Amino acid sequence: MRVSEDRLSAASFEDLALPLFDQLYNFARWLTQDTAEAEDLVQETYAKALRGFASFQAGTNFRAWMYRILRNSFLSSRTGLKTTVVLDEEDGDGMPVESTTPESLLIEQANRELVQQALEGLPVPFREILLLCEVEEMSYQEIAETLGIPIGTVMSRLSRARKALRDALRDRIERGRHGV
Amino acid sequence: MACREWHEKLDRYLDGELAPGENAALGAHLRGCAECTADILERVQTKRLVQRAGKRYEPSAALRDKITKMAAAKSPGVFRRWRLVLVPALVVLVAAFFLDGYLVRERAARLRVYSELADLHVSTLASATPVDVVSTDRHTVKPWFQGKIPFTFNLPELTGSEFTLLGGRVEYLEQAAGAHLIYQVRKHEISVFIFPERDSETRSLPSGAANAASFNSETWAQNDLRYFVIGDASPADIQALSRLLRDAR
Repeated sequence: MRVSEDRLSAASFEDLALPLFDQLYNFARWLTQDTAEAEDLVQETYAKALRGFASFQAGTNFRAWMYRILRNSFLSSRTGLKTTVVLDEEDGDGMPVESTTPESLLIEQANRELVQQALEGLPVPFREILLLCEVEEMSYQEIAETLGIPIGTVMSRLSRARKALRDALRDRIERGRHGV
Repeated sequence: MACREWHEKLDRYLDGELAPGENAALGAHLRGCAECTADILERVQTKRLVQRAGKRYEPSAALRDKITKMAAAKSPGVFRRWRLVLVPALVVLVAAFFLDGYLVRERAARLRVYSELADLHVSTLASATPVDVVSTDRHTVKPWFQGKIPFTFNLPELTGSEFTLLGGRVEYLEQAAGAHLIYQVRKHEISVFIFPERDSETRSLPSGAANAASFNSETWAQNDLRYFVIGDASPADIQALSRLLRDAR
């Protein structure tokens, strides 16, 4: 969703921002874990974006811009301040190497609800990068713009987030199997 | 290339972020490596699971309505964005222009009135017949003006004060007839002008003391009449006479 200069002059805020509404709400709801807070967050995001639309740089990524506003608003909210987890920032070189034991059979048993619980249990930086990558299907470049981090960090954080999710799923599946 | 190095590329392969050349090479490796194949299968499954599980929340109709209205109502086009800045700026500029003009005009009007009265004061005293009614008695002077000017006024009792009434004449200021009284205090002549207060330059005059062309003066409005007291007497004398006139019954 890269907006060219001449298209932007014609495109109104409405045309660009409204199609993102459903995704933004879903993302906000995942971040806040609360309906009322998610609604407030989305409203705040649209209000801020509307005010700042003049400063939006034509030719840059509008979707990443909107998500960045939403995320920054969330991080400065009461819930956001409480849930922020400081990660050791890694670059591309320090990627964790996975245990090579395939867990595909185990993972296959994970139903939708289990995955949702596992996602909810992840720290916000892991949860958000997984949502941006898998649900929003953003490119690494877009994720980097949204989160304000280098691409190398996107890759390493994504790798760690996926591992954390797989570990969480495995835990839940095994606990479920033992009836805990 | 060692398996471990491919391993690090699996996520990027999965996300379509590998360069086309690398893509083909990894594809070739996967066909021959069971371990990497099993690994990528697991990653694909997890990715799909998250994709499905992540699309979870639907916004309420009320929120959709609110956001739609918000985005539509104030969708700022280029002109509208400029207008936010330009309109207040123009308002300030125009207001400043008019206020400035108003202040300049008001000041000019005040100066003109004062200098005209100062001229009247001087020319009257210099003339051979300064006053048309020569009397120290207010009960003589006041009736003299009847029929000559379109209003009446009260003159103070001067007994016990240092002021002496010398007389009066009819004067015109801005085509309006008014009374011109001349008082004396310790050899200083003081002119008192009384004109109907009307929609003219005099209306904007604030009450108070002023100093015009080295004369001291005082002005105020009272009973729809505008009073000017002007002369070369001290400010204290001008004010004392003004007070007497103001309190006249």
